[in-house]
Amino acid sequence: MLDIQTQLFEAQDVRFGPIDHEAHPEIESKWTHDAEFMRLLDLKPARPLSPAMVKKQYEAVEKEMDEDKNLFYFTIRARADDRLIGKALIEWVDWTNGNGFVRLGIGDGEYRRKGYGSQALSMLLRYAFGELNLYRVTAVVPAYNEGGLRLFQKFGFVEEIRRRQALNRDGQFWDLISFGLLNTEWREQVKA
Amino acid sequence: MKDIYRGTLVRLSDDSPELLAKAFARWDRDTEQHRLADSDPAQLWSEKKIKEFQEKRAETNSKSFRFSIHTLDEDKLIGGVGLWISSWTHAETWLGISIGERDYWGRGYGTDAMRLAVQYAFLELGLRRVSLGLHAYNERALKSYQKVGFKLEGRMRGEGLRDGVRYDSLWMGILREEWLALMETK
Repeated sequence: MLDIQTQLFEAQDVRFGPIDHEAHPEIESKWTHDAEFMRLLDLKPARPLSPAMVKKQYEAVEKEMDEDKNLFYFTIRARADDRLIGKALIEWVDWTNGNGFVRLGIGDGEYRRKGYGSQALSMLLRYAFGELNLYRVTAVVPAYNEGGLRLFQKFGFVEEIRRRQALNRDGQFWDLISFGLLNTEWREQVKA
Repeated sequence: MKDIYRGTLVRLSDDSPELLAKAFARWDRDTEQHRLADSDPAQLWSEKKIKEFQEKRAETNSKSFRFSIHTLDEDKLIGGVGLWISSWTHAETWLGISIGERDYWGRGYGTDAMRLAVQYAFLELGLRRVSLGLHAYNERALKSYQKVGFKLEGRMRGEGLRDGVRYDSLWMGILREEWLALMETK
């Protein structure tokens, strides 16, 4: 039976919230000055951004969510004080075929390696499969992002594609790994 | 210097938006052609709208390089091929091709155009890697891409849905040094 009293955006230690255009640009601007974080989360060249630039990005994100209807963006908050600690998103949703790409990062260093990313990914998958009814999701992870590889493997993602030497960083070439998880596979896990 | 536009069966060219619009409007009405080439829903656009798409693209987009494919013997427009740079930083591009004229399927014209597009990516754009995706049911394309030197790098399970049937997509890539080695053995 459908449980309408459920909460999609609440986990044990974290919750999802919307963007706060006043408070968040300052915080996310700090994350962009952390080159390691930027290189783990994104394939685009890392670059530090001022709060004003982050604010512009937020506006672009909400415009895309509103107009294109294929982006779902959440801020990750610590439950204790609602503080912004990261972001989680489902992007490039292909409604015809039921696919989407998932991506998340904990920007605040103090909150890394504490299981908060796992809690956020649980919520993100439930949203993708239970709310958007996607058939499958894809996660693209650079081979040097060992934490990311472990996280998606833990959630039962299957390695589907290995794009050989698709990334050039620090003068080295790295594979780009693409993981897939099907709605049916996720349901089996949730039942177990 | 070599003529990088010219292959053994086809040459890379460009045509006026009017001519391309006429051709694409005709090819789009062939569902099999669409299902081989694309995963978006098949749609029918007016020549006017397609012409606008073509004109927009002509406003120099430095991230995409699109060519029309002409046969060498009759100079007939038979399809299109394009490179969409995914990242200059990582020196990588996506490649897409479609042969709209059915009479030219399975006769090596597409493969020849593929070779030219890959060569363009490596010799003219100085890229390191060319990537592409295809529907798992498109066996003719798979064979063609393997002939050009692409290696299979993975399979996305059930990525597509048509007529209620789920199908996989295949993903391939070729690196510059692999392509250069192939050229040397020729």
